Amino acid sequence: MLTTTMQLKSEIRQFIVDNFLYGRDDDTLGDEVSFLGKGIIDSTGILELVSFIEEKYIISIDDEELIPDNFDSLNKISTFVFKKTTL
Amino acid sequence: MCGIAGILNLNKQQEIPLNTIKSMAEILQHRGPDGFGFYIDDTIGLAHARLSIIDLEGGWQPIYNENKTICIILNGEIFNFIELREFLIDKGHTFSTKSDTEVIIHLYEEYGIECLNHLNGQFAFAIWDKEKERLFLARDRVGIRPLFYTLANGTLIFASEIKSLFMNERINREIDPYALDQIFTFWMTIPPRTAFRNIYELPSGHYMVVEKGNMNIRQYWDPDFIPDTNLRTEAEYAEALLELLVNSARLQLRADVPVGAYLSGGIDSSVITTLIKRYTDTPLRTFSVTFSDKAYDESAYQRQMIEFLGADHSNINCTYSSIGNVFPEVIWHTETPILRTAPAPLFLLSKLVRDSGYKVVLTGEGSDEILSGYDIFKEAKVRRFIEKYPDSKFRPLILKRLYPYLANSPVRALKYAEAFFNVDGNDYPAEYFSHMPRWSTTSKIKVFFSDHLKDILSNHTHFDELSRLVTNDIGKYDYLSQAQYIEIKTLLSGYLLSSQGDRVAMAHSIEGRFPFLDHRVIEFCCKLPPSIRINVLTEKYILKESMKNLLPASILNRTKQPYMAPDSKSFFNGNKLDYADELLSTSCLKDAGYFDPKAVSMLVKKCRQNKALGFKDNMAIVGILSTMLVHELFIKHFDKNISINRLRVNKELHAIC
Repeated sequence: MLTTTMQLKSEIRQFIVDNFLYGRDDDTLGDEVSFLGKGIIDSTGILELVSFIEEKYIISIDDEELIPDNFDSLNKISTFVFKKTTL
Repeated sequence: MCGIAGILNLNKQQEIPLNTIKSMAEILQHRGPDGFGFYIDDTIGLAHARLSIIDLEGGWQPIYNENKTICIILNGEIFNFIELREFLIDKGHTFSTKSDTEVIIHLYEEYGIECLNHLNGQFAFAIWDKEKERLFLARDRVGIRPLFYTLANGTLIFASEIKSLFMNERINREIDPYALDQIFTFWMTIPPRTAFRNIYELPSGHYMVVEKGNMNIRQYWDPDFIPDTNLRTEAEYAEALLELLVNSARLQLRADVPVGAYLSGGIDSSVITTLIKRYTDTPLRTFSVTFSDKAYDESAYQRQMIEFLGADHSNINCTYSSIGNVFPEVIWHTETPILRTAPAPLFLLSKLVRDSGYKVVLTGEGSDEILSGYDIFKEAKVRRFIEKYPDSKFRPLILKRLYPYLANSPVRALKYAEAFFNVDGNDYPAEYFSHMPRWSTTSKIKVFFSDHLKDILSNHTHFDELSRLVTNDIGKYDYLSQAQYIEIKTLLSGYLLSSQGDRVAMAHSIEGRFPFLDHRVIEFCCKLPPSIRINVLTEKYILKESMKNLLPASILNRTKQPYMAPDSKSFFNGNKLDYADELLSTSCLKDAGYFDPKAVSMLVKKCRQNKALGFKDNMAIVGILSTMLVHELFIKHFDKNISINRLRVNKELHAIC
């Protein structure tokens, strides 16, 4: 069964809130919010996020794909992961 | 090496309580286990806890001048005391001891406060000039030896450690919220601030004079990166550096007890041990830390050096649990929250040195600051290189050359690294460019602060305090010198020489000595052309050049690995620590009030699942736990025996390998 982007987004949001905001989501995590801009995920944090996504959605992500265009907001990540899982 | 303490009446005559003076010395016994000395008159009380190193029979303190109008208590060593003594005897002074301490008294008689400029050493001292009714306190140039003070009830109270001040019942013990904010940004408090409200430190390179109720604090030395106007060839600089280091090591080996050396496997301690071996008659006795977790272990390089030097060697192996077990005792000595566990292995190492019958060790500290060894300097150079042509596709590739030793390197995701290092340039003074990524990354861990603490800290900035510490006009320096100056003024004295230096060594009555921090070496290095400090991306280039015929190539050319220890794993890797469970519990966190219990519980969960991978989680958990320990040990239950024993995991802390 395919996961929808809405589901993806919700699961990834939960991971980010738990692991990078430590449950302190004061409603700042909108779908378009830039993680780098807000300092939510730094350059080592991105590796934690990637390992979560690789395990959860059984995909593998190359270093070349580790770019803000794919990972810097909930919308970007869910679109990127959705594409990878449906390829 | 020793502990000092004192109480001075400022504006009214009141009896100096002898019992308090004694208790202030007693709690410093780890700094000076060989005996106590006291002085008391109507105005001042002085206490000294002694670790005998020079003039074992005659060097008891306080020491007086010829007519007993001036007395001194000293924590530290004056390495050029033999030369100064000869000079002072020629001037007509009469010495009653053979100790290094006494030279300061006679130098003070000769030059007054300017005696400081003649001292080559590491020291914190108090001179009481009874005729002038003047108290003169001073601290060495880079802050190797500590000195804290506070004002209470019309008195000035000072001591080598804060716990000694707290033996005065009238002093309030309270964590300073602004100090927490600074520690969770800079890894340290900005002097004179300490972790405790109304407790101050005398900054490095400063002195204080209290005379007729007036207190004046002045700086007498600051590193100044003025380029050499008389440029020499690379080979000449390398030769001059070697000559200075040999001279510094020889001076620092002066002692009436045997002297050992730390050997980490890195280039700096390899340099020091090699100089001892080749240029002195001191038998080479070395000590090192090894780690069960291979990510931190440098024993392969240590073995190479031991074999190369033929050293008589001992080492202590650190596991996750040995670090977790001793952490409360480490914090009892650091007296401040810390963000890394790295002081803990050095605490264990100083015990090994003590158990081996040594009191003094030479180490390689200071080389990275004065000769440009740290990644932060290379990182800044690389960022400047990229910044020059921001649209270049190739320039960012150089980032890949940073952090080759890290499993979770921040430069693996290159585009993220670029963004990470591209800290917005408008928010901070330009001279802090090099340090902004570190400070802004560290600041992220304030997400754990409680709402109450955040409210107190809102709209507060530290740049004013920081700029008071940066006393030189560093805007005129080249970029590398700016970065080195900031590192020397912040982390060197505020963390490396204190939490990771004096405090964990003196915990076991061990005196560290630092040949790279001889002020003549520092002043020489400050003048070196930047291009021979870091040559392209080769750190400490000129040091490597000066040692190229003396050290094995494998040590000279090895990839630099900064000294680190396992952080979150030391507390959560199958290692059940009751004190950590208790202090990180919702009720304890709520009661102390510094952190948000819910956020901390999510972090703890992540650590328990071994998913705390990045710097942020690791710094946060160590910072939170150490803050809670400071609260427990110094605020809630200030009693060494009760507090430490309650938190102690087991009394047989570690085995010697």
